[in-house]
Amino acid sequence: MITVGVLALQGAFARHLAILKGCGIGACEVRTVDELARCDALIMPGGESTTMSKLLESFGLFSPIADRLAGGMPTFGTCAGMILLASNVADGRADQRSFEAIDIDVRRNGYGRQIDSFEADLHVPSLADDRFTAVFIRAPLVERVGEKVEVLAHHGDAPVLCRQGNVLVSSFHPELTADDRLHRLFLQTLVGSS
Amino acid sequence: MTTNDASHPPSAESVAAKADGTVRVKRGLAEMLKGGVIMDVVNPEQAKIAEDAGAVAVMALERVPADIRVDGGVARMSDPEMIEGIKDVTTIPVMAKARIGHFVEAQILQALGVDYVDESEVLSPADEAHHIDKFAFTVPFVCGATNLGEALRRISEGACMIRSKGEAGTGNVIEAVRHLRSIIGDIRKITQADEAELFDWAKQLQAPLPLIQEIAKTGTLPVPLFCAGGLATPADAALAMQLGAESVFVGSGIFKSADPAPRAKAMVEATTNYRDPEILAKVSSGLGTPMTGIGMDDIDVRLAERGW
Repeated sequence: MITVGVLALQGAFARHLAILKGCGIGACEVRTVDELARCDALIMPGGESTTMSKLLESFGLFSPIADRLAGGMPTFGTCAGMILLASNVADGRADQRSFEAIDIDVRRNGYGRQIDSFEADLHVPSLADDRFTAVFIRAPLVERVGEKVEVLAHHGDAPVLCRQGNVLVSSFHPELTADDRLHRLFLQTLVGSS
Repeated sequence: MTTNDASHPPSAESVAAKADGTVRVKRGLAEMLKGGVIMDVVNPEQAKIAEDAGAVAVMALERVPADIRVDGGVARMSDPEMIEGIKDVTTIPVMAKARIGHFVEAQILQALGVDYVDESEVLSPADEAHHIDKFAFTVPFVCGATNLGEALRRISEGACMIRSKGEAGTGNVIEAVRHLRSIIGDIRKITQADEAELFDWAKQLQAPLPLIQEIAKTGTLPVPLFCAGGLATPADAALAMQLGAESVFVGSGIFKSADPAPRAKAMVEATTNYRDPEILAKVSSGLGTPMTGIGMDDIDVRLAERGW
């Protein structure tokens, strides 16, 4: 039985847990090193990346998660989760650390403030029905992708859904819609659960 | 293409390829603030302390509620220059308060690009009958409530987040607990009611029937429920979370205490680990004196009674 953890320091973790349960997958909140150890895969939810990055340090989770990422743990980061996984972060705090698990450069709040937040239909060829309604909230803008990164969807010219090895990231929030297809894609393709 | 699940019909732009200010986008930011602490700040220095401590957002205002209480007079929207000063130094969302019913203050706050508008009883009300039509705005709104009926009336006007009011500026948690228990207790009762009883609930609460029916099905408020008004310690924050709040607002409690920075950090850590007494004990240690606080019998003005 596979267990997918959802980083529950802050943010929209409950939405991810509800979707995972709807997919029939064992899911648990991750706030401690012990909870992390029980998980086969991890989701990093939307929220405030500065807050999460501080709490990762305060509760001694940063290094254990970095070790698991280096060991190939399948991981899906949405919005703030994308920022935490990116190799470079612009407009972040000077002391903000990221896991550098996917070779992309992102700009925090690159689409603007809340009044510039929006939803839009994306074309995602990896999905059988390739249209996906995406909700962008104070979203990070992907400004560079490395050679090993596969871009799974764009909005305009900007990549918004990217994968490198066992790491999947989106600049939007699949947890805010009832559509679970990206979670299923993560589970089937990266976690290897049917 | 968009699911516009509010009572208003979809606007023209929500059927275009890119839609701003939809209900999902506006409620979505509140989802992102869950499990966090939103801190009142009155200047850029405090905003930096709040962000350094791990706040998920700051509320920019000229005076914290404890000072508004002492000063008296009319409390209004903050000076835009002060709000801009705070926006310039922080990367986290910035909220600001408009007076109840003062839709022009809200228009100004939206033009300034604040991320959330708080239509707040802490300021002096501008209209004794009407709250702001919040559907008319791209910026999302949070409103206070003392009970479920008040919360649902605000949601029917377009509020995307509810905060239990408590009694701001007192450092006394008793009213926050009363309001949270009232809202969540009634939600629990409604989930046990049969269809016929839901009509009576709508009548008793003076709230729209479709929202009552939605609560009967889901068992939760249609928007995130945060807690405000009188929280002064990490234990207060954890109490609100254990009672069912999804985040906390801390106003006077941080910057009216002896040593704000460590207290702010402790409040953040307590809100994340609200169910873990050992962590709560650790983060509560050695924080210095909290704000003095006042008893409910010693206050002249009950801010929570503002709003209708």
